[in-house]
Amino acid sequence: MASLKIQGRLWVLQRNGELISDIDTDMIFHNQYLAITDIAKMGQYAFDNLEGFKDFAKLAKPGDIVLAGDNFGSGSSRQQAVDCFTSLGVKAVIARSYGAIYKRNAINSAFPVITMPDAKASDFSHLETVVLDMEKGLLRDRKVEPMSGVQKDIFFAGGLFQYAETLKK
Amino acid sequence: MGRTLIQKIISKHGGGECAGGDVVWMDIDNRSARDFAGANVVGNLEKYGGDSPIADPEKTFFTFDCNVPANTIPYATNQHRIRLYAREQHLKVWDVNAGIGSHVVIEEGLAKPGTTTIGTDSHLNIMGAVGAFGQGMGDVDTAFAFKSGKIWFQVPESVKVTLKGMPAPGTEAKDVALAMLREFGSHTLLGKSVEVQGEWLDQAELSDCITFASLGTELGAIIILLPPNQKVLDAFSMKREEAVYADDDAVYEKEYTLDITGLTPLLAAPPNPHNVHAVSEYADTKVDGVFIGSCTNGSYADMAYAAKLLKGRKVADGVMLKVVPATRTTWMRLLHEGLLADLFDAGAIVSNAGCGGCASGQIGMTGSGEVQISTSNRNFTGKQGKGDTYLAGIGTAAASAVLGRIASVNELEEV
Repeated sequence: MASLKIQGRLWVLQRNGELISDIDTDMIFHNQYLAITDIAKMGQYAFDNLEGFKDFAKLAKPGDIVLAGDNFGSGSSRQQAVDCFTSLGVKAVIARSYGAIYKRNAINSAFPVITMPDAKASDFSHLETVVLDMEKGLLRDRKVEPMSGVQKDIFFAGGLFQYAETLKK
Repeated sequence: MGRTLIQKIISKHGGGECAGGDVVWMDIDNRSARDFAGANVVGNLEKYGGDSPIADPEKTFFTFDCNVPANTIPYATNQHRIRLYAREQHLKVWDVNAGIGSHVVIEEGLAKPGTTTIGTDSHLNIMGAVGAFGQGMGDVDTAFAFKSGKIWFQVPESVKVTLKGMPAPGTEAKDVALAMLREFGSHTLLGKSVEVQGEWLDQAELSDCITFASLGTELGAIIILLPPNQKVLDAFSMKREEAVYADDDAVYEKEYTLDITGLTPLLAAPPNPHNVHAVSEYADTKVDGVFIGSCTNGSYADMAYAAKLLKGRKVADGVMLKVVPATRTTWMRLLHEGLLADLFDAGAIVSNAGCGGCASGQIGMTGSGEVQISTSNRNFTGKQGKGDTYLAGIGTAAASAVLGRIASVNELEEV
């Protein structure tokens, strides 16, 4: 069963000591790969258009967690920008804020997106191993917003439509 | 603590004692998809819907309004895919002859005060006109609503805007909506539920409320919610206690006052809806085309006003006037009451009901350099063609069509 308490390496997406903001869906999963529909094949292109992190897909390990600044996932509504992380086994994204459509897509596909309104790059070392508790709302010893009830319902069901099936029982 | 209108509507629909920021499951009374994105909704249901893809066929329907009848093969194919699916699942389709889905749903009395409606139309928050919840959603969420009768939603923060005073004669609902865009732009009200009240709204007709609320999307708001006045209640044969209102001591994140005393006609110049100016500033601009219609200004009252202004007058040489009533019901009234003849005799091209100028080419597009006055809600580059689109009310549109240059309705009365 999926767990709300996970441990993994933390990718601190930073530039000049600041968390990178406005990472849009073209930086996460470029539109040249949009024809790909097999989730297994999406991971290799994650962040391959994000300056400084183009080797992310090669270096990422299952269980990793990503930390970014404001407005993560702004731009288009492409689902691949969420699924490419699932493809690599990345367990969660934490950001100061999200593009509205991205957040909705991620929640609907049971991928944990966690909001950390006062996230700072200097609070963490790049690739340090951290514990993320999405129930209590803690990243190591720092506060994050816990998952909402709705987000938990969908997360444990494994997706929005899987949740709909649970409603009928 | 008093509660706002959106909080009370969501609570009434299974959302609990919710506050702004809470993420809740809410029940949806009307679950709809249009020809745009509707085929993707069907695709999602076929893929993920399982054995019982539709929770309640009585509350679930399709509305075709974007490209009616279809003038591209992809649209025709998608519409037919929807029809076949609807037949199989016993769902109602308001087909290519019905008109704009949001207006049909109001006309049919389905979206009445206090109800909830979702669908794939980004202007479905127009339901705020009648003190109801409406929201445009993507094809995944819409399919989920078809299947479960629910959506999840983050309760927006509520703000309140009080409109002070009354506009000048010859100023209409669209001008008041444009005054909101001039004041607030597209960021100030971003993500908010905006409750609006004031003397002008207390006496506004249902069609005025629809026009006013339809610009909520352009303001960046989740919804503009208008507490139903007596005229709106009458339109649904409802009593005040059957509708939902905010508590008197409701707490708002912020309260604003906008003075509309003596407001004169406005327009939104290219390239966006919040580039708002007085019509008089553009009085010398030659006009090539005029579009009257859309979910913003396509109601019967709007069409009747246009017909009244154009009766016995002629569209200027070299100007195309395109008129698209929002619904078939409106169209029929115009026909039987003889108002269609007034429009036609003035020189108008009148098309079948639908989204008209806002949808890809239903009643033609503008070419490069062409100047168009449109009563719709978006003038982004490319939306209605390559030309320069100015958004304005019915009076400005009709006057500009007759005079062949941008003009306000008061100038028309001098002709």
